Amino acid sequence: MNRRSIKLSVFVALAGLAVACAAQAQKKEAAAPNKKAAASATKDAVTAEFEKFREVMEDASPAELFEARGEALWKAKRGPRNASLEQCDLGLGPGVLKGAYVRMPRYFADADQVMDVERRIVHCMVTLQGFKAEDLAKQPFSSLSRTPDPVLLVTYVAGQSRGMRIAVPQKHPKEREIFGIGREIYNFRAGPWDFSCATCHGEDGKRIRTQELPNFTSKEQAIRAFQGWPGYRMTGGLMHTLQWRLNDCFRQQRFPEPGYVSETLTALLTYMGANANGHVYKGPGIKR
Amino acid sequence: MKLFEASNLGAAALAIVLSAHAGDDRAKAVEMMKRDFHAKGIAGMDRLNEDGLQALCNRTHNQPPREIAERMERDQIEAIKYPADGKIMGDWKSGERIAQNGRGMSWGDGGAGASGGSCYNCHRIGPNETSFGTLGNSLFQFGKTRGSGPEIQKYVYGRIYNAKAFSLCSHMPRFGHSGTLTEQQIKDLVALLLDPDSPVNK
Amino acid sequence: MADPMRIRAVARDGVVNVKVLMAHEMESGQRKDASGKLVPPHFIRNVTVTHQGKVVLSAQWGPAVAKNPFLEFTFKGGRKGDKIIITWEDNKGESRTDESTIN
Repeated sequence: MNRRSIKLSVFVALAGLAVACAAQAQKKEAAAPNKKAAASATKDAVTAEFEKFREVMEDASPAELFEARGEALWKAKRGPRNASLEQCDLGLGPGVLKGAYVRMPRYFADADQVMDVERRIVHCMVTLQGFKAEDLAKQPFSSLSRTPDPVLLVTYVAGQSRGMRIAVPQKHPKEREIFGIGREIYNFRAGPWDFSCATCHGEDGKRIRTQELPNFTSKEQAIRAFQGWPGYRMTGGLMHTLQWRLNDCFRQQRFPEPGYVSETLTALLTYMGANANGHVYKGPGIKR
Repeated sequence: MKLFEASNLGAAALAIVLSAHAGDDRAKAVEMMKRDFHAKGIAGMDRLNEDGLQALCNRTHNQPPREIAERMERDQIEAIKYPADGKIMGDWKSGERIAQNGRGMSWGDGGAGASGGSCYNCHRIGPNETSFGTLGNSLFQFGKTRGSGPEIQKYVYGRIYNAKAFSLCSHMPRFGHSGTLTEQQIKDLVALLLDPDSPVNK
Repeated sequence: MADPMRIRAVARDGVVNVKVLMAHEMESGQRKDASGKLVPPHFIRNVTVTHQGKVVLSAQWGPAVAKNPFLEFTFKGGRKGDKIIITWEDNKGESRTDESTIN
């Protein structure tokens, strides 16, 4: 069953649900505005329906439920140090969240490293709250029964940059250096199948099975390195961050496993993220 | 085999010379990956070591000098292990299953022989599968358009065994060379593409 | 206690558009877990929305509705500043009530 028919049947299910509600729900047709000329092909009408469906889903994605949980976690006093994360500096000053997500990865003087958002949040959980990095790395990805704390926090922080322009900094020498390293890693073919990131994500207009493959080397398409992430996956109702996505990519590339929140992943996120500079980030996304 | 390895080394040496200047970021990248990755399941750290072909393709952005490419391709064609019994076409029904199967060789899978070919990930193949990728060209009606005699059978077998023998820095994995697919599995895929009874050619 | 609903209600020309996201497992009762056992059903059965004491939406759901359901509907007669109250109740007798101010 391909992606289109899944989307259509979910849309139909939602539409059917609206109809099934009892008669006390009152509907009123909005006055029809000036109508544009009717779309010529059936394809346009179908595409328009999918666009409408996607807008509805993005407007109230279940990701927001995870954002709300992340907010509560951010503000709660937790860990061996019984402290909240409200003093965590995401690059714009302690506790400043608006616009922080779209300005990462970035260099942090206190760690003398470039860090992506999840790496930085884990850093704050360790330094401010006293959690152990090894514990957070044990089961860092969402499952049906559990969403790890860093995932909730990343989702909250990402939501705080909703509607803002991506501006991954390339000022500090380490930021520029890690961009170049990220580009090399992106193009590094290895393993039994000779795959690099670029093998699948190096050209426009390609797909694997029915899944579109954004070309992150292109400034046009690199927005997908931000847009849609962190993402609520409808299959299973799971919340996933880019740490999960990159991990899963390396699995499918038949590589060994990259460390959770390791520098290699920051390098890739810097390369792809900076390529997306200028685009507007719409907040956590939703996926099939 | 010896010729292949010798030219492999020669190519790698040439590649290293060519890339002397570009190497700084690459050297740092390799060092970083070796520090950050760890073995998992059947995916060992040796997988990060480039073989001669990967090293050449990586350093030349998949556009190696023509003479080197042609020489290495010739060597690899000679190294293709064709079936000892001379029979190259297997069973297309089994081939379709292998083409659909995307498992194998990753840290979540078994190793050699326990894999599929992941063919539909990249290619259009049979008439009834609309969930196909576009990273590779369409193989629909392959046998019908290109014939299914001994020459073309040998070509298809070789291409699946080692796609790089035909185009040195091809995107396509070397399914036989890497031990991903067994001889029988490749025969079955040849049948999928070439057997006149296969739905691909109807 | 289940997680709070996310509610957005906007009034325009006397019509209120309400969007609500509910946090709920919505187990159909048909799914099998990793060991092959059926996961017991756990899903929202009723949704009621009231505005100034009057019921403006009453819904009866079943196991076909997806996890973390999203509901959108409109009703007449609400104004900016009014409150709406949304309650859901599931097959285990658990329930959740949240209110929101119309924008």
